Amino acid sequence: MKIEVLGSGCATCKKLFEITEKAVSELGLDTEVAYITDIQKIVAMGLMQSPVLAINGKPVLVGFTSDIEKIKKLVEENK
Amino acid sequence: MSIFYPIKLLADWLTYSVLSITPDTLLGEAVNFFIYDNLKIFILMAVIIFSVSIIRSYLPPEKIRVLLSHKNKYTGNIAASLLGIITPFCSCSAIPLFLGFIQAGVPLGTTFSFLVASPMINEIALVLLLGMFGWKIALMYIASGLIISIFSGIIIGKMKVENLVEPFVYQNSINGNVELPPMTKTERIIYARDYTLDILKKVWLYILIGIGIGAWIHGYVPADFLAQYAGSDKWYAVSLAVLIGIPLYSNAAGVIPLVSALTEKGVAMGTTLAFMMSITALSLPEFMILKKVMKIKLIFIFAGIVALGITLTGYLFNAVL
Repeated sequence: MKIEVLGSGCATCKKLFEITEKAVSELGLDTEVAYITDIQKIVAMGLMQSPVLAINGKPVLVGFTSDIEKIKKLVEENK
Repeated sequence: MSIFYPIKLLADWLTYSVLSITPDTLLGEAVNFFIYDNLKIFILMAVIIFSVSIIRSYLPPEKIRVLLSHKNKYTGNIAASLLGIITPFCSCSAIPLFLGFIQAGVPLGTTFSFLVASPMINEIALVLLLGMFGWKIALMYIASGLIISIFSGIIIGKMKVENLVEPFVYQNSINGNVELPPMTKTERIIYARDYTLDILKKVWLYILIGIGIGAWIHGYVPADFLAQYAGSDKWYAVSLAVLIGIPLYSNAAGVIPLVSALTEKGVAMGTTLAFMMSITALSLPEFMILKKVMKIKLIFIFAGIVALGITLTGYLFNAVL
């Protein structure tokens, strides 16, 4: 399973990254969350907003961050 | 009766009853002005930013791009400028927007129309204009902002300056038809609420300080004091206002309330409008960031055309208002 947080390095992006890391550890998953700040990667996914939460290459949250429960749910749904 | 009348009553009550300041004194007037303006601006902010965020959750930039890549030249510039109104713009989104538009085949001129309109006609500036100057001035600002961004884009499109964009930008091309994760109604409301709170957290202090200085000017500086320096008959006022506006972008929220107090003391309306447009549309940090995707020459062309448009608008309003 590949979990990535892509962002321009803004405060919201960092927040999403931290919440996602927490969600992954609370779910007891053995996966690293990658934090990517290469904007071309976001653009290549067809997106123009940051932050992006992508699971196995698929964007599941775009342009804003959410609470930990929602992120846990997204991770579970897209395993 | 103004729609702000209930706020006025509340401000009067707070100033004269709760704080028991004597009415019709300089202090009373300044404090009353400060409380009234703050209540008005923060209520307007919350309502308008929340509404715009809800609209935006239905029209994110990815969807706007699809709308723009099918348009022909002139309608593309018009659509791009209109869509720029609902898109928030912080300099951190300049690069992904620019790359995403160009690489999905949106023409350079259309992209520039969007890049000009998006920061210039933003909801924060609109709230402040509406609250401090009234709807006529706010509409005038929107209309001239649209005209400037439409024409800047058309001119840049005609100049055929694609060679001044960094080569890597055109080397990647992407499919712009991306499917975004769906959002429920509750998620849209949460998104709009969080976004509104986020903005308020970022700007409240600037606004408070801006209105504070504004209130002091309102109460203590004699009327028309500034007319001798910046009245409509001063030829240099507009150009000077545009220049001063360039480095002020990050403080736009605090500067606008201050500017409204200056207008009251004799700065001409066209000069004021040009100053605000310069603050929002010409931003030094954005220019620095755009260096990553275009040659400095193109940034100068872009800034030059927009600055010229703003200056002309300023002189025009000074002549007719």
